[in-house]
Amino acid sequence: MQYPSKLIEDAVSEVSKLPGIGKKTALRLVLHLLKQEEIVTSALSKSLQQLRQEIRYCATCFNISDTDTCNICASHRRDKSIICVVEDIPDVLAIENTGQFNGLYHVLGGIISPMNGIGPEDLNIDRLIQRGSDDVVKEVIMALSATMEGDTTSFYLTKRLKPHNVRVSVIARGVPVGGELEYADEITLGRSIVTRSPYNIAD
Amino acid sequence: MFIKRLRLVNFKNYRKIDITFKSNVVSLIGRNGMGKTNLLDAIYYLSFTKSAINSSDQQNINHGEDFFSIIGTLNKESKNYKVQCSYQNGLKKVFHVDDCPYEKLSDHIGEFPAVLISPNDTDLVREWSDLRRKFFDTLLCQIDKEYFQCLVKYNHYLKQRNSLLKLFAERKNQDRELIEKYDLELVISGSVIWEKRRDYLAAYLPYFESYYRKLAGKEVAQIAYQSDYAKGDFYENFKKHYARDLATQRTGFGIHRDDFEFLLAGKPLKKIGSQGQQKSFVIALRLGQYAMICNEKKFKPILLLDDIFDKLDDERIKSLSKILNEDSLGQIFITDARMERTQELVKEIEAEVEIFEVVKDGVHKIS
Ligand SMILES: Nc1ncnc2c1ncn2[C@@H]1O[C@H](COP(=O)(O)OP(=O)(O)OP(=O)(O)O)[C@@H](O)[C@H]1O
Ligand SMILES: [Mg+2]
Ligand SMILES: [Zn+2]
Repeated sequence: MQYPSKLIEDAVSEVSKLPGIGKKTALRLVLHLLKQEEIVTSALSKSLQQLRQEIRYCATCFNISDTDTCNICASHRRDKSIICVVEDIPDVLAIENTGQFNGLYHVLGGIISPMNGIGPEDLNIDRLIQRGSDDVVKEVIMALSATMEGDTTSFYLTKRLKPHNVRVSVIARGVPVGGELEYADEITLGRSIVTRSPYNIAD
Repeated sequence: MFIKRLRLVNFKNYRKIDITFKSNVVSLIGRNGMGKTNLLDAIYYLSFTKSAINSSDQQNINHGEDFFSIIGTLNKESKNYKVQCSYQNGLKKVFHVDDCPYEKLSDHIGEFPAVLISPNDTDLVREWSDLRRKFFDTLLCQIDKEYFQCLVKYNHYLKQRNSLLKLFAERKNQDRELIEKYDLELVISGSVIWEKRRDYLAAYLPYFESYYRKLAGKEVAQIAYQSDYAKGDFYENFKKHYARDLATQRTGFGIHRDDFEFLLAGKPLKKIGSQGQQKSFVIALRLGQYAMICNEKKFKPILLLDDIFDKLDDERIKSLSKILNEDSLGQIFITDARMERTQELVKEIEAEVEIFEVVKDGVHKIS
């Protein structure tokens, strides 16, 4: 596409990097912003910049947080004996929305996939093992996607948790067929956590 | 199986054609480069969801256009199906059967089987073992869904394991617990693949041997399956290879190293076979594939014969026409650049034959 100005072209190219936004939509958004008062765009860029610079992650579970410890980890009402391991932040939101889980989370920040350059040391695994070694923790639930990588990661974590005497379980599968937790509907996702089963690995 | 009608839009050299087939034997003649092989390739697409020649869908679009589509009306066990393959630049390839899209392209594999005998087949004899593995994989995937699933799994975990070995080398660390998971998966899916290759080969050999005999007389052709897994103790073997795998950064044990050795009178075909003998061998390989699919599916695949007469002496051409006559094959497409040779053959063939001439950008029925 030919753009009347290099400035527009640059803005379109940045906006269209967002997931689900093509060049056409990007152009529409950019032109829309241009039509608004200047304060609208500066508020937007300021909030994005702030988001980037000031965002923090919970030092315990790596969920997004405005403080050192997130609301979930800090809450007295949560069951601290259960940790649910998820791939990423949207999974926490998805499970919270089911209202079926009252324990704590652990956000790995991804999934083991050497061909994408992601090994165990690239994920928040050591902290999880450390948490698992605490006597308070009785159960760790693997809520990773039902893919070969999800399975590999669950297996690996289970092996690493083994010496620490915690029960490891896995959410009922068959729910997010080949897909991610984020897209499973709330009722089935909630049920799959309630009916989780022990995760066994051969020695 | 029978193709009643084939429509192509922007596929390779064809802009737009619509052909109706009425006979069991369809002969396509035309000068070099007119598009005979491309026509067979379109039929191949409908069966395998991809080209036999060019694995890039994009390059199969008519130059200067931005999509192609192939629509076939196929008859299988007395039911008609409209099978459509479309590809547009930059989008995912889509496959429809009776206007219903597949969720996964791989669900289509084996539904409308075809067997192609092509001049490139002699590469099977000369090139590396991966082509021979691919030959048997293609056959087994068409008749056994579990085999297909295990193969997909195996290849995926193998790729992960090799990448992990590279990652270890890059980062100068290692992690036995993780590699163990991949070993375990490779053992599980690998042993299924190994057993199935062994058992299916045993079932396949009689078909193959009988076709080779029909084509070439008394010479004895054999296929020997060689696999790391024949050593047994898969899991132990993966562990044993670990140190070397770390050094080479690839997996040195497993069914991805299998080979099928082609033998003529007990000696390697590659070394002692003449061109004609090699050609007979690969034709027998393909006809054996055809017979095996017939037996498993209980209906006949489409047979695509591309330039099959090349390099065969008159004797063997006679034997081949005899096979085409006697073995009650299903629908067959035959390409040839030479009109006279085709007419010779047509005289020999008892079934009804249609002849089409392939000229620049078009296909015309001539008898
Ligand atoms: N994407 C494409 N767009 C246009 N033309 C193409 C495309 N891909 C291939 N071709 C043309 O198709 C022709 C080859 O056709 P094909 O291989 O089917 O010929 P053939 O009739 O089988 O010839 P031969 O007798 O030599 O085997 C080539 O001339 C090539 O330029
Ligand atoms: Mg050709
Ligand atoms: Zn937290």
